[in-house]
Amino acid sequence: MSQDLGLWTVPLAVLGGAIRVSTPFLFVSLGETITERAGRINLGLEGTLVFGAMAAYATAVVTGSPWAGVAVAGLAGAGFGLLHGAICSLARVNDVAVGIALMLFGSGLAFFLGKPFIQPSAPPLPAIPFGFWSDLPQVQAALRVNVLFLVGAVLSVALWWAFRNTKAGLVIRVAGDSAEAARAMGYDVTKVRVLATMAGGFLAGIGGAYLSLYYPGSWNEGISSGQGLMAVALVIFARWNPLACFGAALLFGGAGALGPALQSVGVSSGYYLFYAAPYVLTLALLVATSSPDRALAGAPGELGLSR
Amino acid sequence: MTKTDLTRRHLLGGAAALGLAGLPGRARAAGALTVGFIYVGPKDDYGYNQAHAVAAKALKAMPGLEVIEEERVPETNAVEKTMESMINLDGAGLLFPTSFGYFNPFVVAEAKKYPKVQFRHCGGLWTDKDPKNAGSYFGYIAQGQYLNGIVAGHTTRSKKIGFVAAKPIPQVLNNVNAFLLGAQSVDPAITCQVIFTGEWSLAVKEAEATNALIDGGADVITCHVDSPKVTVETAARRGAFVCGYHVDQSPLAPQKYLTGAEWDWLPIYKGFVADVQAGRSPPNFLRGGLADGFVKMSPYGPAVSDGARRNADAVKAEMLKGGYEIIKGPLNDNTGKEVLAAGKGLPEKAVELESTNYLVAGVRGAV
Repeated sequence: MSQDLGLWTVPLAVLGGAIRVSTPFLFVSLGETITERAGRINLGLEGTLVFGAMAAYATAVVTGSPWAGVAVAGLAGAGFGLLHGAICSLARVNDVAVGIALMLFGSGLAFFLGKPFIQPSAPPLPAIPFGFWSDLPQVQAALRVNVLFLVGAVLSVALWWAFRNTKAGLVIRVAGDSAEAARAMGYDVTKVRVLATMAGGFLAGIGGAYLSLYYPGSWNEGISSGQGLMAVALVIFARWNPLACFGAALLFGGAGALGPALQSVGVSSGYYLFYAAPYVLTLALLVATSSPDRALAGAPGELGLSR
Repeated sequence: MTKTDLTRRHLLGGAAALGLAGLPGRARAAGALTVGFIYVGPKDDYGYNQAHAVAAKALKAMPGLEVIEEERVPETNAVEKTMESMINLDGAGLLFPTSFGYFNPFVVAEAKKYPKVQFRHCGGLWTDKDPKNAGSYFGYIAQGQYLNGIVAGHTTRSKKIGFVAAKPIPQVLNNVNAFLLGAQSVDPAITCQVIFTGEWSLAVKEAEATNALIDGGADVITCHVDSPKVTVETAARRGAFVCGYHVDQSPLAPQKYLTGAEWDWLPIYKGFVADVQAGRSPPNFLRGGLADGFVKMSPYGPAVSDGARRNADAVKAEMLKGGYEIIKGPLNDNTGKEVLAAGKGLPEKAVELESTNYLVAGVRGAV
């Protein structure tokens, strides 16, 4: 059925893992970038991710269409974003605290509503076999790329461009860097932030749909294992730059595949350490890129953590 | 039981009754036994917790019995709180904390604190030094994994089979060993790659492990994680065959599912309940396998050959007589150390199996 690739299995698995595992990281971190660029932190995206996974799976089971699942997950995510945005628009409300509350609320609601959908199987999202040129099943498997991954890749370039070159991008950045300047220019800062949080929730919901409808491709209560929270941290790591988010998501996806792949070629001692690789990598990179002179480079001025 | 305890319980019970006023179904019949089940994960996980919850559901139909359940209780002192609330608020007289990590120190501590309540823990190693109102039960499901291995041995083309394992504890290692030994009874050249994920339930890591096994050439996969759903579906999508675990997962992969090792906890629970209801102390240390009805096999899938069926059925018939030795000398572990000398063997109830810390020769992986 397949030939033995020896040590080549490892880079291939890391490449395949980067493509398979990175998509939820990518969507959540892009969504959070939009939200944070507008001056709000939404920690609740972990809950949105889990709820999106449940909503997408349930919709796909009921309607038979995985794309309907993606749409419902996005809308549900936008709904959670609206809730976060609206509550945070009230006076003296802390966005971090609301985010934590919504994280727990989103997961809890997803577990409650998702009970009847653990047993049935949903139709998965289609993938494009970019590995058709190879005879090796390992290569073919690694290069089966889901459409959502490509959408995410395009989106990260588009967002990077839009933040620099479009009016909407500029308005979001002004609202995030100086609310007073935005008001002086005549923009409704609250409205901009609510819309940015909704956009962030929309993308996080779609990230959840990828989890339950493609990889790992089933709904259970442990489906996210904290990926939504990791992705929020990725935004700081990526310095609020959508292109860097793409790179960081790939890095985390690939690093997650390293542990199982190493065990499969016989490097089996200390696998707990390999599993910690993504986190060690983050720490090392943050230390390496930190500066004693200034606070976080690229941080929007209105964010709770830079004020 | 002190008076303050009673008062508090009645207060809380009264509050609950207010909320449910007029619902006579909630009232506990005098002398009825309340049995508490505690699960580490969701009780419909297509796996370990579901196997227990199915038995708990069947118990609910028995007269004079109230069954209470709590799911997603972590293996921390959270389980002590759950046990205390089941005892103090619900009046539970028999508790089944079902996850491996609950036993020491949490179940032991609670058993000392509440000597009148019976605790029976799934999978722990109860010894004479532990409280007499505690105990443990478990099934030798490695027999099922051995039969899985026989079917896998007949089915594999690459002579490589794969195992997604959670943690390197004795019960998991027994399953890995049995899966390979079953396959090697068909063809001694077969090897088994094992990948540990480090946790009982990590969906993405289990999917990655399954992919890594298949990329490494394995064409029959099984697992020992709490919810095999992800492994079974991922393997089937990659075109590999799968053997199930905990419960029947054949609906998830109808063409690729070969067979599976399943629990049947109901006879154990029925026995414990009958003992407590009759005023006897249930057994402290209960083990059993296929012959005792604690373990059963999924029906064979369409890809299983006639030869594989005959071979597996013949070994199963031997196992049903009791005393079948899967771990049999001469046997070395995969570092070359001798596990058992020629002529020796460990039948399913051998206590040595509860401290397995090796992987047999032919398993690629390390504890």
